[in-house]
Amino acid sequence: MEWRDEGALLSMRRHGESAAIIEVFTKDHGRHSGVVHGGASRKMAATLQPGTQLDVTWRARLGDQLGTFAVEPLRARAVLDSRLGLTGLNAVCAMLHLCLPDREAHPALWLRTMALLDDLGSNGWGEAYLRWEMLLLEEMGFALDLTRCALTGSREDLAFVSPRTGRAVGRNAAGDWAPRLLPLPPILLGQGGASPAEMAAGLTLCAHFLNRALAGMDIHHPLPEARARLVDLLTREVASMPATGEGRLHEDGE
Amino acid sequence: MDAPGNIERLVELMARLPGLGPRSARRAVLHMLKKRGQVMAPLAQVLAEVAASARDCAICGNIGDSDICPICRDDRRANGEICVVENVADLWAMERGGAFRGRYHVLGGTLSALDSVGPDELRIPKLMQRVGDEGAREVILALNATVDGQTTAHYIADVLGDAVRVTSLAQGVPIGGELDYLDDGTIGAALRARRGI
Repeated sequence: MEWRDEGALLSMRRHGESAAIIEVFTKDHGRHSGVVHGGASRKMAATLQPGTQLDVTWRARLGDQLGTFAVEPLRARAVLDSRLGLTGLNAVCAMLHLCLPDREAHPALWLRTMALLDDLGSNGWGEAYLRWEMLLLEEMGFALDLTRCALTGSREDLAFVSPRTGRAVGRNAAGDWAPRLLPLPPILLGQGGASPAEMAAGLTLCAHFLNRALAGMDIHHPLPEARARLVDLLTREVASMPATGEGRLHEDGE
Repeated sequence: MDAPGNIERLVELMARLPGLGPRSARRAVLHMLKKRGQVMAPLAQVLAEVAASARDCAICGNIGDSDICPICRDDRRANGEICVVENVADLWAMERGGAFRGRYHVLGGTLSALDSVGPDELRIPKLMQRVGDEGAREVILALNATVDGQTTAHYIADVLGDAVRVTSLAQGVPIGGELDYLDDGTIGAALRARRGI
């Protein structure tokens, strides 16, 4: 069997003395692993860094074998001097590794991921990451419905999300249930700016549903430490802000 | 024909060493057997001595033959600079260069998102303690120019905060490097770190 595809390197592990097992998020074959002969060599070290865009050719005798990759670098995404860029890169790679099934194509997510990685560390990247996590949830089969209130059908004044159904709830409709609901930051409705408090609320919301989605896939593993470090970086200013209802952090999965 | 008993065992053990396979291990063992007096006996003696005496330095994590390594014992190297390296091989590489005259701190690895290596698995708390105890004025992060290496560097810079000056090694064109053969990332890093001449 043989196919050729393009993707971003998620991870590289040494295999024996000179080979490496890499994991690539490809456009048509999803998250896919394979051996790279000579992949642990000094010559290949720069190419096999997480985030590098690769042209890969996979070969194996049978489809269910690990197989081997021949890799050609297309472009580097080494953002070694950017704290946010590096932390974001680690978080994206770790999340894809944890949340996506092996060898299952997710073309829409692939496109968004490549755009996100191309933009690593830039202004507004945190907001893009938040939207990317929403798409990741959707691809995992747990899309949130934030278009209208689950109780009244109204599209106005949506302020909460049901932690059980993932559907939006209006401020008035929530009534006494409000304390049990997750705050819906306007940023997820495409309104307002990406303040640290809103980022924190958005990422907490995503973490809750990501944990539920993973449990539904029988993956009982906490969200990656790399994501926690990114959340910390994006929301660090929140700690010094007075606690308000809008910026309240929940403990779900974090 | 297979080598007899203990010799075959020696070949098997040698073949486990990095860079050696069964064939090269067999060749090395044959060489030692031919030169038992000049090579094998002294090697066996030194191996036994090192195995008995080698230990990690209680301060920096370097490997030596006493609880405190020679670098940490040397008062002339207490110049307020601590160079943080990933492993002992990196420490030895820095020492070979001879450009650094301070002390070291061996982390014992780097943070790794996929391998679940967090700060607690590394000697980062010990570094924090050293910075306070030794009154360090500069911490030099000599970590690999890889995603994991630089993630670790940023993390350490974060936790050290303003307690001490934190610097890292420059990244760019190596001595003898030809631009045509450099990867995009290195060229980018070198360009961003350009300086006036």
